[in-house]
Amino acid sequence: MGRSGPGRIIALVVSLGITLAVSGLLYYWFREAAFLGNDYQSTFEPASENAEKVHSVYVLVFWLAGAVFVGVMALTLAFSLMFREQEGAEAVQTHGNSRLEILWTFIPVVIVVAMAVPTFDAIVQIEGDAPDNALEVTVVGHQWWFEFRYGDEGIVTATDLHIPVDRAVHLSLLSGNYQADGSFIDNDVIHSFWVPRLMGKKDIMPGHENHLWFTPTETGTFLGQCAEFCGLSHAKMRFRVIVQTQEDYDAWVAQQQTNPADPTDEQLLAGQQAFSSAGCIGCHTINGVSQGLVGPNLTYVGERSTLAGGWLDNTPAQMEAWIRKPSSVKPGSHMPDGLVDNLSQDQVDALVAYLQSLR
Amino acid sequence: MATAVGTVGQTTEHSKIWEWMTTVDHKKIASLYGVTGFTFFLVGGIEALLVRTQLARPEGTVLDADLYNQLFSTHALTMIFLAIMPLGASFFNYFIPLQIGARDVAFPRLNALGYWMYLSGGLMLTLSFFFGGAPDGGWFGYAPLSTTAFAPGRNMDFYTVSLLILGSSSLIASLNFVVTIINMRAPGMTMMRLPVYMWMTLVVAFLLVLSLPVVTVGLIQLYFDRNFGTNFFTPATGGDPILWQHIFWIFGHPEVYVLILPSMGIVSEVLPVMSRKPLFGYAAIVFAGAAIGVLGFGVWSHHMFTTGLGTVPQVVFSASTMAIGIPTGIKIFNWLGTMYGGNIRFTTATYYAVGFIALFTIGGISGVMHASPAVDTQHQDSYFVVAHIHYVLFGGAIMGIFSGIYYWFPKMTGRFLDETLGKVSFWVMFIGMNMTFFPMHFLGISGMPRRIYTYESGLGWDTWNLVATIGAYIMAFGVLLFVINFFKSMRQPQTAPDNPWGGSTLEWATSSPPPEHNFDVIPEVRDRDPLWYNRDHGIELPPKPEHMHIHMPPPSYYPLIIGAGVTLVGLGLLAHLGVAVAGALVVVYGVWGWALEPTD
Amino acid sequence: MAAAHEVQHHTSTGVDNRKLLMWVFLASECLFFGTLISTYLIFKGNSLVGPLPEEILDIPLTSLSTFVLLMSSLAMVLAVYGAQHGQLGLMKGMLLATILLGLTFLGFQVYEFRTFGSEGLNLTTNQFGASFFVLTGFHGLHVGIGVFYLTSLLIGSMRRNGLGRDRDLWVDTAGLYWHFVDIVWIVIFTVIYLMPH
Repeated sequence: MGRSGPGRIIALVVSLGITLAVSGLLYYWFREAAFLGNDYQSTFEPASENAEKVHSVYVLVFWLAGAVFVGVMALTLAFSLMFREQEGAEAVQTHGNSRLEILWTFIPVVIVVAMAVPTFDAIVQIEGDAPDNALEVTVVGHQWWFEFRYGDEGIVTATDLHIPVDRAVHLSLLSGNYQADGSFIDNDVIHSFWVPRLMGKKDIMPGHENHLWFTPTETGTFLGQCAEFCGLSHAKMRFRVIVQTQEDYDAWVAQQQTNPADPTDEQLLAGQQAFSSAGCIGCHTINGVSQGLVGPNLTYVGERSTLAGGWLDNTPAQMEAWIRKPSSVKPGSHMPDGLVDNLSQDQVDALVAYLQSLR
Repeated sequence: MATAVGTVGQTTEHSKIWEWMTTVDHKKIASLYGVTGFTFFLVGGIEALLVRTQLARPEGTVLDADLYNQLFSTHALTMIFLAIMPLGASFFNYFIPLQIGARDVAFPRLNALGYWMYLSGGLMLTLSFFFGGAPDGGWFGYAPLSTTAFAPGRNMDFYTVSLLILGSSSLIASLNFVVTIINMRAPGMTMMRLPVYMWMTLVVAFLLVLSLPVVTVGLIQLYFDRNFGTNFFTPATGGDPILWQHIFWIFGHPEVYVLILPSMGIVSEVLPVMSRKPLFGYAAIVFAGAAIGVLGFGVWSHHMFTTGLGTVPQVVFSASTMAIGIPTGIKIFNWLGTMYGGNIRFTTATYYAVGFIALFTIGGISGVMHASPAVDTQHQDSYFVVAHIHYVLFGGAIMGIFSGIYYWFPKMTGRFLDETLGKVSFWVMFIGMNMTFFPMHFLGISGMPRRIYTYESGLGWDTWNLVATIGAYIMAFGVLLFVINFFKSMRQPQTAPDNPWGGSTLEWATSSPPPEHNFDVIPEVRDRDPLWYNRDHGIELPPKPEHMHIHMPPPSYYPLIIGAGVTLVGLGLLAHLGVAVAGALVVVYGVWGWALEPTD
Repeated sequence: MAAAHEVQHHTSTGVDNRKLLMWVFLASECLFFGTLISTYLIFKGNSLVGPLPEEILDIPLTSLSTFVLLMSSLAMVLAVYGAQHGQLGLMKGMLLATILLGLTFLGFQVYEFRTFGSEGLNLTTNQFGASFFVLTGFHGLHVGIGVFYLTSLLIGSMRRNGLGRDRDLWVDTAGLYWHFVDIVWIVIFTVIYLMPH
């Protein structure tokens, strides 16, 4: 392919063809990866108004980027084909072309402005204050689990965040530990709250209270994960947001606000006994039973979908594995190993059965 | 290996090793930087392969969480501080004096000291694996995770101490480069006749001079937090973890340009020579490079869009970050303009240079994408960003460095690298690179966070992680082919002519490899492309004078002594302050000896 | 003055390499102290417990030590003058004066640190303590290095052939460093002691 008229056109067409074919393939893969279905952490299937807004900016930026990609790749390839070394060919000795250079200074300027306007619009919306009627929840980041505190409702739970659909939720993000006197100590590391389908992430900074709000538009379970490197078990700091209809949510709140019924079954009583004799009460709260503040509140642990920061399914077998040796599930876990080593198998079974009964 | 790269030097009674340890010749120091830097590049590559092997399948069991965290942290530190920067420094050292027509850098002994401190910091960082554990808090070392409450081991002390030493080494080298380029140009070489590579070097050196002191303060504060009980970065007595992030990224973002600008400079040298026409829009490329350098200091908070900056800072830093896309775009168009109308020789160096344009463009595009804070809330700390930085640093910086290696190898060693093997290794690396890093875009948009040592199956991440791992091994094979090529070539006789590619800059006006004094007669510069000007105007280089009396600085072992003293100070900061005091005394002794040593 | 330059190497800008090196290094130092001072300002008012600056800073005493440092800069100017005009006695005397004034300043600083320590302020007490000691401590370290630098020059000038043909350059470059450290102190003094708390 040469630098004569027809040769040039052939080179351009071939380059554009190859570039478009590659771009098409990449686009196909992007779609495949992006639209995985509902049970995934995809950023492409927004389920809240703010996530929708963010996604619309992304789509615009994606196509602008795609256009630049196709343009630069096609030209690079075309020039490589057109101007390959040839016998007898002479390079054109130019030092530049002011008009062209001014023109292509404007190309990035236009692209950047096209990006900037919707971006700033989106920032003003998502960084703005949450609506007044928003549900207020405080999210506390711990190594390596999420705690959710509903101030007005007086509910404290972990790993599963229940919220009603079509109502704004306003999250206050804190890193550290609440104390018995209600004060808060910023003694944890940086985490980041990220539920890709519901909202972009926001860091949980010790010493700063960050805020995030969104209005979920569909019910379902949405996966989330800590996005800021936070130590050994960063990979296992997961959580779920369960968006419910208003009735389901109200029912959940009503249940959470009551204390679990005292066990009557003999095994469950033994389990409750073990819960205190093994020292669980030192760190965990079960309303009406204990007031520990270090680990997650276990009042209705039996109804949660997962254990251990969202890494294990909440089954009796997994729960036993977890409490027997936490560090084998989550490296560095602050729950010590060997807490139930002094209990008999029956006692451990009872303890697991008791915790599972809290639903 | 190192000795083989050397220039023609005579060995008498002194051993070769002593000669290399006391050398102040910029070309030998460049070879030391090059060989050491490439060795660390292989070390960093092995660390990356281990990380990728762990992630190949869900719930991988190759590494445990602790080792994984050490490996991903040291992979980044090694590649940035021990591989890409020193490989850049290697070319700077070799070609600053040659391209500006000088006999050496302004301060040859300082140059040697820079190398020894780099070696010291590099060994300290790498050997930390065997002395209680390598840094495990990421290359960014975010507090409070990097403070003693959460990192009680020595790991993060190795981080602060070795980075302080490496930073001082880079600062010394950069000061030297600034003075050399500004002050030691050949007659007639005005600033606007400087080769673009020299311009990019100057911008890089200024970026380092002005950004390293900032992170130095941060590292000192972190060291104090860890060892002397201050609370700069923990909220306990009113400190602030965000302060560390600001300090780190005021350095960290210019650092990104420190890594990429040298490669932009190399491409700006290779493309015109191989296209046989002058660089398109020299002034625009120079100003764009300088603009990137200046703007680079005003964008750091785009690394912090998710930390709760607030609306106004987000808008401001978003705007400044997008603005950097403009000079970058100008550069890409000018490189394409250079190719247009050329008669391009597709040597291996050209392959890498064109590969640079393609791959760097991808990294540049994704960079502009998350300049939008809205989009960035979804991309930050996800694999999308991992894809972005690797397109910039591997697709950009490393591709540029390989282009430079193939382009300058004949000048540095008098030998050619095998072109066929070179092109094969290019394609292997190119394919492996894209297989590794492109799927990371898909992983990012499907919600995979960075720096996780394991992941569950069933999130749609399995396939692309496996593809990425296979790609990493292919890439490693490509690098291996280069290593084979290197050793193969070093056994060949030195047959390279002075100017094998028909280059236009002064390094091609002397022999390959150059004599110790670089030029028999310092050439006079009449144009931006001096050798092409001389060719077109029938100007011959002045003949070699019959009696040459060129005085070159004698070798010195004081840089080595000061380097050893600095190492002792570093070890003292890790073990016992008494050792640090002893080290300081060695430094004082070295400085005195240095000052009193006759240099002419 | 011109005569002293005749032996220096040719450079593209006409400025000697060593002097240019010092200028670029001082540019870097500006960012170093800039970051330390910024840290101090960011933490201003962030201390959760005392002693607070208004309770503990002794402004008259530090004004005196600031005056001492300013006088050392004057001595340094005279030393440079002596070096450039071949008045070696003046040069040596003024170098010695600069060194002694610098040491006096350091003495004030040691006294101040000890007093603060006995009044319960140290690195770990609060944000003021941490940022104050690190900032002024690193400034003191720079003064100390300057004293060492000037002492080396003084000893060098006592040798048989003195500081050699680059004498004025050596002293002039050391003077740049010394004045820089002095100016930084003026900024620190203003920021810490004079600006209202």
